[in-house]
Amino acid sequence: MDTATATPLAPGFEQRVFDSIKVFRALADAMAHPGEIRRVNARPPAPTQLMPAAAAMCLTLLDFETPLWLQTSHASVADYLRFHCGCPMTPEATQASFALITNTLTMPAVNTFNAGEPEYPDRSTTLMIQVESLSNASGVRLSGPGVRDAIYLDVAGVSATYWRELQASRAAFPCGVDIVFIWGERIAALPRTTRVSC
Amino acid sequence: MRISTSAADTMEGYNFAYLDEHTKRMIRRAILKAIAIPGYQVPFGSREMPLPYGWGTGGIQVTAAIIGPDDVLKVIDQGSDDTTNAVNIRRFFARTTGVKTTERTGEATIIQTRHRIPETPLRDGQIIVYQVPIPEMLRWLEPREAETRKMHALGEYGAMHVKLYEDIAHHGHIAATYDYPVIVNERYLMRPSPIPKFDNPKMHMNPALQLFGAGREKRIYAVPPYTAVRSLDFEDHPFETQRWEHACELCGATDSFLDEVIMDDRGKRMFVCSDSDYCLARREKQQPAVA
Repeated sequence: MDTATATPLAPGFEQRVFDSIKVFRALADAMAHPGEIRRVNARPPAPTQLMPAAAAMCLTLLDFETPLWLQTSHASVADYLRFHCGCPMTPEATQASFALITNTLTMPAVNTFNAGEPEYPDRSTTLMIQVESLSNASGVRLSGPGVRDAIYLDVAGVSATYWRELQASRAAFPCGVDIVFIWGERIAALPRTTRVSC
Repeated sequence: MRISTSAADTMEGYNFAYLDEHTKRMIRRAILKAIAIPGYQVPFGSREMPLPYGWGTGGIQVTAAIIGPDDVLKVIDQGSDDTTNAVNIRRFFARTTGVKTTERTGEATIIQTRHRIPETPLRDGQIIVYQVPIPEMLRWLEPREAETRKMHALGEYGAMHVKLYEDIAHHGHIAATYDYPVIVNERYLMRPSPIPKFDNPKMHMNPALQLFGAGREKRIYAVPPYTAVRSLDFEDHPFETQRWEHACELCGATDSFLDEVIMDDRGKRMFVCSDSDYCLARREKQQPAVA
């Protein structure tokens, strides 16, 4: 690496303890209320390829115990996460605790990732999918635990095929992947219990 | 009497909420998976806490991982805010976080509980953290962890039904009065911690997020808001909660869980609400502005 031209690493959270609890509570709230759009209320300085909520989520949850799979390996993103989180990078989607997807048009199928085992369904991949927009005004209909009746979620760039694959993967419950859609500072979560109808 | 602590005596030299950031991160990941798989027990690396196992170390670790500076904390032990366990845990968090504490169920954002669910209905946005001694409902029926894990994987809960049936054969009714087995989201058999079965119906479709922490057994599990929680029963022996012939002798409530208190050595007894905040709020309403 040419050290002379390397851009300096962006710093992480300004207040590590208080920023990470804020972000975690937004994540837990989003996971407990599938489809509902939440703000993480933290904007850690990060490489431009990482949306603020994606950077915040990584800084809050990743460390040496959580192999990360990157859809596109930008050196700046990998360096940033390696430095701040110390997480190992894995090229094997099935080995990943977390996966960061930055392009929904070329993202791999749901079943590419680790869905856990029937005895240990918690050992599954959590997908962080950066998208172009999120809205509760229309879109696919979501129901299941955490949703009182039903909620609609529109995710720009996610195809009907992907939603159908996702719904088909629900048959393997308790195995399955959990998804957090990320748009800027906003997030919407889809745990594996959420039923999707197009 | 209402007690509230202030941030005045916050301790120096500890991280916010006592646990180090790496431990919190590990617990937070476990909590997110627990929410995603309602009723499934997620293993976690339980830490040594400054009080012994059996005193709520699991609940404390969960609370420590989720509490922020803007939270308002309520801690109850058997429904009461002023028993030893509740007072100690409340003071522990007041001193290690400086958060506001309360006894009023409605004011709290986080409620840590030992063996009760408050009578005042919880609302969306609140989190209730249960202290769990033994998280595995099947443990007394099958001691091997590998086997119970397989039973959960296959959803094979016949043994539990046999246990309830044996109760009916021996006693004429299901004898469990607390720690009564439930099925969460029509999938996982879950131990609701030793809450009285009176509280089981409150878990069903509750708007609050319910988290369970077992420190010694190193497990975390959860029931998300608006999730079905069904108490196990039979068509001809439907699930029933306890009922009393008494009303609370302090506030007159007939809809709350009552504790029987022995008053003297001649067998005089008194029935009072187990939920001290509920009872006090009712009495305050009945006698406003009594100094």
